[in-house]
Amino acid sequence: MNPLDRYESLVDDVDAFRAACDRPLPSVVRTNRIKASPARVREAFEAEGVAHDPVGWHDGIFRLPDGNPGGNWPHAHGWTHGQEEVSALPALALDPQPGDRVWDACAAPGSKTTQTADLMDDEGTVVANDNDLGRLSALRHNAERLGVTNAIVTNQDARNFSLKPLAFDAFDRALVDAPCSCEGTCRKNPDVLAEWTLDHVHGVAGIQKGILTRAIQATRPGGTVVYSTCTFAPEENEAVLDHALASEDCEVVPFDLPLETAPGVTEWDGETYDDSVTRAHRVYPHHNDTGGFFCAKLRVGGAEEGAGGSDAATADRDAAGVAR
Amino acid sequence: MSDADPDADHGPTNDGQRFDRLPETPADREVAGRASREEVLDWWETRFGIGREVLGGYSFWEKGAGKVWVFNGEAADPSRVETIGMTFLRTRQEHWKPTTRAVQRFGEDATRNVVELGPERASRFVAGEDQDLPEWDGDWGYLIVSHRIAGTSAPIGVGLYLHGELRSVVPKGSRADLPVVER
Repeated sequence: MNPLDRYESLVDDVDAFRAACDRPLPSVVRTNRIKASPARVREAFEAEGVAHDPVGWHDGIFRLPDGNPGGNWPHAHGWTHGQEEVSALPALALDPQPGDRVWDACAAPGSKTTQTADLMDDEGTVVANDNDLGRLSALRHNAERLGVTNAIVTNQDARNFSLKPLAFDAFDRALVDAPCSCEGTCRKNPDVLAEWTLDHVHGVAGIQKGILTRAIQATRPGGTVVYSTCTFAPEENEAVLDHALASEDCEVVPFDLPLETAPGVTEWDGETYDDSVTRAHRVYPHHNDTGGFFCAKLRVGGAEEGAGGSDAATADRDAAGVAR
Repeated sequence: MSDADPDADHGPTNDGQRFDRLPETPADREVAGRASREEVLDWWETRFGIGREVLGGYSFWEKGAGKVWVFNGEAADPSRVETIGMTFLRTRQEHWKPTTRAVQRFGEDATRNVVELGPERASRFVAGEDQDLPEWDGDWGYLIVSHRIAGTSAPIGVGLYLHGELRSVVPKGSRADLPVVER
């Protein structure tokens, strides 16, 4: 069975959805502002004759119609990082500030860790964790190439992550870009559809619930947790949020993304979810010609404490990195 | 430790598996051979003119024999993490050697021992090729190698200059065949 069949009832235009899923994705790179500005990257691409198109919704992200994102001078300098458009969304939703203490719970191979460090101006601390030691070497390579100096890399099971090795006992923000069924990456890797099983969906959903729960517990009152996946499965998205809402002191909060999205769903396969999951964003491939994605933002409950980072600039922050 | 430990009578030794913060000054040194923070800051200033206004806010750590890391976050218990920050400098050898990524990250602030290559030489350098460079009349040893790109000079990596030859020490995994871009 093609797992995309089961999501047809969720999308507005089934034919467009299926057609988009069949098209390969273009190569996309994100500017690493730790080392260069988007204008400098653009100028270097132009001098070198590297075809590049702005994505329209972000001034630092470029599509490279001729592919080969690693075969040019800006890449050699660590000015760019190959990263699919939708993969840039969770760090924007997380909105980390310079000086923050941030946890990237499932960090390898480091696209979102390095983007987070970039958004923090490489100031503060981003703790990049992954349970897969092999994949951590890719993360370390990427962090070095991009010149990230504010990252601590840890190798723990995120579900019972210990902050004991750290200099603080709570994060200001946490990102859970969870392991998932990955149908949203089918335009890059069609094998994910052939390998898909419902058993895996149910198994990985348990892991996702465990990681999100730990992230909420490890974040200070008033702090932010972003939950994202690249699957369309409500079992791995809204159901995971619904579980966290029932078991932890937190709320799903509204936020804007600079792309066309659909709201989270409150009913699936005989289950119903808390109404607030509609504040999450579903990104379907046919809406913006991207991969598929899911992204939710949670506020951890309780009174704010004066913690390491600043929330003051949250409201006007996205104007800095996002051109609408 | 047992009597067999040759350094048992000479204070703590470097544990190559663990991050330890560099001592502030040589006088604070407890582990033999370990560089101090002051020496590291002095070295960048002396060698490349990159001063404390650039590097003074960072902390420095040793893991492995002489491998120094640069970190800008809040300190951790270094025995229980995989890495902190990024590799920065190789010490415990006669001539200290900056890493390619450190030079890319901080080398734009250098005021000396920077060799700027033309387009054709820059492409050969980033591919890992050694080249004759008789016209260089500066110091021998490790240099920052840069080129003009997007209107300014940007460091590519580290070169070792000896006997009229500029050797590329760009690590194998970072070498690339890139086009000659005439400015």
